[in-house]
Amino acid sequence: MDLNMNVNAPHSMGTTIIGVTYNGGVVLGADSRTSTGMYVANRASDKITQLTDNVYVCRSGSAADSQIVSDYVRYFLHQHTIQVGQPATVKVAANLIRLLSYSNKNMLQTGLIVGGWDKYEGGKIYGIPLGGTLIEQPFAIGGSGSSYLYGFLDQAWKEGMTKDEAERLVVKAVSLAIARDGASGGVVRTVIINSEGVTRNFYPGDKLQLWHDELEPQNSLLDILNAPPSPEPMNI
Amino acid sequence: MSSIGTGYDLSVTTFSPDGRVFQIEYAAKAVDNSGTVIGIKCKDGIVMGVEKLIASKMMLPGSNRRIHSVHRHSGMAVAGLAADGRQIVARAKSEATNYQSVYGEPIPVKELAERVASYVHLCTLYWWLRPFGCGIILGGYDRDGPQLYMVEPSGISYRYFGAAIGKGKQAAKTEIEKLKLSEMTCREGVFEVAKIIYKVHDEAKDKAFELEMSWVCDESKQQLRKIHLFFDAFNSNPILLLATFCSDDLLEESKAAARTALEEMDAD
Repeated sequence: MDLNMNVNAPHSMGTTIIGVTYNGGVVLGADSRTSTGMYVANRASDKITQLTDNVYVCRSGSAADSQIVSDYVRYFLHQHTIQVGQPATVKVAANLIRLLSYSNKNMLQTGLIVGGWDKYEGGKIYGIPLGGTLIEQPFAIGGSGSSYLYGFLDQAWKEGMTKDEAERLVVKAVSLAIARDGASGGVVRTVIINSEGVTRNFYPGDKLQLWHDELEPQNSLLDILNAPPSPEPMNI
Repeated sequence: MSSIGTGYDLSVTTFSPDGRVFQIEYAAKAVDNSGTVIGIKCKDGIVMGVEKLIASKMMLPGSNRRIHSVHRHSGMAVAGLAADGRQIVARAKSEATNYQSVYGEPIPVKELAERVASYVHLCTLYWWLRPFGCGIILGGYDRDGPQLYMVEPSGISYRYFGAAIGKGKQAAKTEIEKLKLSEMTCREGVFEVAKIIYKVHDEAKDKAFELEMSWVCDESKQQLRKIHLFFDAFNSNPILLLATFCSDDLLEESKAAARTALEEMDAD
């Protein structure tokens, strides 16, 4: 362990963030580890921030940068809502984030996933990675832990899932990433947004499913009979 | 209904003792002296029509447009001082494209009307500016459906089912009120607007006029939400009404309808 570690260095959120659409809304998910090098600055952070009543954003990259961008966009959206007289659409929120990310690309380091529900388009997910691209996707992943999720989600995401299926998918994905990525960990937080409103859920780290190397080794047949169920086989 | 605002009407920054700003009222009179402009909101869109009084026979038909496109989904018909109107249209276009760049979606018609109205109002606040001498009928089709707004020189803006400004506005309003707009489609509305303009045109006082019309509706039967067509219909001399739309059969229909309307009027 490096005893000269600077705990006041800029905080980065190693992170795994994910947003998926389902039939009727969106589910956003994230881990909760904020790290500065090897030091975990916050093991229970909330990376899913509210922009309006119906639009949330998952933050990754530099903690400071993503917080500032969210704060500005929340302010602009508040004004916009007053002017237009109705809740802002997800597209407008995503566009405002994109404009800030793109115009300040030299100074910022944030990857964001905007997700929400509005009465015109329903549930929508927009990914806004580092350079300030804006892309509307059925599902989006981001952060250092997302590298391990590309193949998994390509196989597991299906159109027209129910709310529970979608949330299970999100929790599973984040916990898989936490298992492999050193910079992601802690708890899994989810936010479900649909026409009825917003629901926040919390899955403590020790309650998450165990994967592969984390499982107890099996030495005898009796162990297999008594062991907790292994993860379900891959369904292709 | 003339009121002499002696002494209190020299500047737009002066109130009269009975609480009126005369300069703004005089600006409204400039609008009243111009050709009639009407707009109606049908169940599937907006139709606007302008009675363009022709100053000289040497003018090319189709020139001097009075209905301007502000964005893909909205347009403005101007009555009153045409040059003032162009200024407002330029501002509206700029507001619309700016909104699109910042918010990523076409400007809602309500928002556009508010911005135009506040710009018009701005020019009633300072002594070094004069109020705009034009009234505007703004029609657009956004996510919340077709909407029609009218902006007056004072900066007031209201939303309407049917609106008329200019010389024949009283007669036009009476005619519009007779229509059942909630059941009418835009295609029917086009003929109605043409008939009304012909009806309110004063043959004795103003000789020649040209009819200019535009619409914003979902006639072309594409995707439901994103339909916001803006077709122009420009017309020539008053004796034979020539309406140009997208198809020739509508052209023939409207010619026939207008001729019938003319005959009906002559028969009165």
